[in-house]
Amino acid sequence: MTSQSKFEARTVTALVEDRPGVLARIAGLCRRRGLNIASLAVGHSEQPGLSRLTFVLEGPPGVVNHCAAQLERLVNVIEAKDITNKNHIWRELALVKVATSKETRVELLELSRVFRANVIDIGVDSMTFELTGGREKIDSLITLLSPFGIKEVMRTGRVAVLRSTLIQGEDDGQFQATRSWENGLQHEYHFEPGVSGSV
Amino acid sequence: MGKKLTGGDIVCEALLNEGVDIVFGLPGGAILPLYGVLGRYPELRHVLVRHEQGAAHAADGYARASGRVGVAFATSGPGATNLITGLATAMMDSVPIVAITGQVGRAAIGTDAFQETDITGATLPVTKHNYLITRVEDVGPTVHEAFHIARTGRPGPVLIDIPKDVMQEEGAYDYDRDCKIKLPGYSIPTTAPEHQINAAVELINEAERPVFLAGHGVIISRAFDELRELAEKAQIPVVTTLLGISGFPENHPLHVGFPGMHGEAYASLALDDSDLIIAAGSRFDDRIVGNVNEFATRSKKIHIDIDPAEIDKTVQVDASVIGNLKDVLRQIIPKADRVSRPEWIRHVEQLKSDHPSLHIPETGNLSGQHVVRGLSNVTKGKAIICTGVGQHQMWAAQHYKFTEANSWLCSGGLGTMGYEVPSAIGAQLALPEALVWSICGDGGFQMTMMELATAVENRLPVKYAILNNNHLGMITQWQELFYMGDTQADAYTANPDFVKLAEAFGMKGMRVEEIDDVEDAIEEANAHPGPVIVDFVIEKVEHVYPMIPAGGSIKDLMEDTRV
Repeated sequence: MTSQSKFEARTVTALVEDRPGVLARIAGLCRRRGLNIASLAVGHSEQPGLSRLTFVLEGPPGVVNHCAAQLERLVNVIEAKDITNKNHIWRELALVKVATSKETRVELLELSRVFRANVIDIGVDSMTFELTGGREKIDSLITLLSPFGIKEVMRTGRVAVLRSTLIQGEDDGQFQATRSWENGLQHEYHFEPGVSGSV
Repeated sequence: MGKKLTGGDIVCEALLNEGVDIVFGLPGGAILPLYGVLGRYPELRHVLVRHEQGAAHAADGYARASGRVGVAFATSGPGATNLITGLATAMMDSVPIVAITGQVGRAAIGTDAFQETDITGATLPVTKHNYLITRVEDVGPTVHEAFHIARTGRPGPVLIDIPKDVMQEEGAYDYDRDCKIKLPGYSIPTTAPEHQINAAVELINEAERPVFLAGHGVIISRAFDELRELAEKAQIPVVTTLLGISGFPENHPLHVGFPGMHGEAYASLALDDSDLIIAAGSRFDDRIVGNVNEFATRSKKIHIDIDPAEIDKTVQVDASVIGNLKDVLRQIIPKADRVSRPEWIRHVEQLKSDHPSLHIPETGNLSGQHVVRGLSNVTKGKAIICTGVGQHQMWAAQHYKFTEANSWLCSGGLGTMGYEVPSAIGAQLALPEALVWSICGDGGFQMTMMELATAVENRLPVKYAILNNNHLGMITQWQELFYMGDTQADAYTANPDFVKLAEAFGMKGMRVEEIDDVEDAIEEANAHPGPVIVDFVIEKVEHVYPMIPAGGSIKDLMEDTRV
């Protein structure tokens, strides 16, 4: 679809009051602006009574870039940040239930070792992996497990935090310090969207 | 501990503590516990409307005219849903309203009970915030929080839904405790950070052809004197938006007019010819901007707004200042250079004479423009004017010469037909001494004319001028211009006799058909101590010019070729 192809995805985090209806307000705002919530993760934050959300929003660039400011208008939203262009780390978690038999069990356990996935449940004819990582890593495992027969996949949305800074006062971009004879210490910022999450 | 009261009593006590003196409403089953105690609070005047939409619009008119929060009561279900148009109108135009609705008892919520509607769900997009109260001890704090949210920052409507049994239950109310607002996610901008002010001042002092685009924010923050002072000091012509009208006196030499779809051509041209637009409390509405890519391409833009979410929402700006407009202008004034720019001022004057947007075509027949011009002359630009949406609204905006601050009430953002009838009632109650003229279209008038009974019942001397062309005039205009003349469903072939209608309501009714009779009729209406309807029978089909079609730009400007 042509209109879909013009869509842009943004990662937004928000600190919100933990009370009924807050998610409906946020979802309603996204809907009114024509934004698709591609993924959503909500949980208690470090502060009592407040929850933290990470969501990936998709929409036309002019609208989706503006969503953090719109979200901050909501009375129950304490802060909202579009961290897409900031240096952040993100993770997803997936639970993958795959069909097993005596013959395939060893091979599957070997795969889980390579992916550093935990086996959290084993039954007679299936086992469940727990995997955290970037989207690509989870996609890869699912692809590799497919021939065995996937029974169920449950994925969380993305959760994200900003990276710690290496130099005080800097909060953005991936910092790299290089030293050369001519110029002394050089600060350089690198930014590649999505890279952090795919570690 | 506070005193023990029922939830309904707590609502009334909290309203009184918020300084409320008038409530517009209509009772029903679920809100009866509140009405049941209302009689104990004679300081709260209840104005019984005939339809809840009227309650919301009257509260809106009261709020715009007084600068205070308007209050509306309605019952659950249909009572509450009838408020929605009024809430949406207030939301779009940033008007502070607190609406209190009854809800079915807590045990019945979610069971599709009689007259049950999820009104907090339904009003999410049309309120600044809303509440469903489930505990009687929350009533007091919630009412105070609602008023705080409604009137501060960018104002807006707030709805409180209270189940019937919560209003009946006894609870404690203690003003000193309950009025303390704890809203970590809600901040109220006042002055702006120094770096934003400096960036704006730099652009203002560098500009050669600056122009103000002064919006509703001027009126909401009561920044009339500051706008005038800065405009005079830096010699900046002032274009007001539709809702900014009456934010700057129209008899001032720096006043230019309002721009956009039906604004004066010279106001749109002044924006286009400028090298700096200072948008002050305006949100670059699509009726002003049209095609974003072709809007004032040669000018830099400063956007001063209290709502950070408005910055770069449509038009990308060169500098943004977040704060309360009155405070921000006070910060800018001492830093702005005192200059004279005779060339630019002369250029704007030239635009005015080259594009005489306010000439009335002489057809010999009475037209809407004649009526507004007559009103403006007779009242010397000092009446409170209310309008709905459409041709009558545009003619009123164009031809009435507003000289008094905050004397223009119209449904701008939502464009609500019928706003004109109840909003005038609210305005008259807010300003009992003022002369309130509601300029109506015959279409919009018939949407809310049942509220005339409210005006009569409350002895309100509101004057209604119906610009009666037996048509949905603006619809006819668009069908003729953009839908190949295929005029469908645009004519009202069986309008009531508005003079007899006035008499039926117990009002004075008059009819005017000749240009020469307009001013006499207005004088006569003004002299009448009670409410009046003047049925002005105007030209059946007439277009509003100038016009820039939706999504167009200044290149698409259409002017009246007859003048």
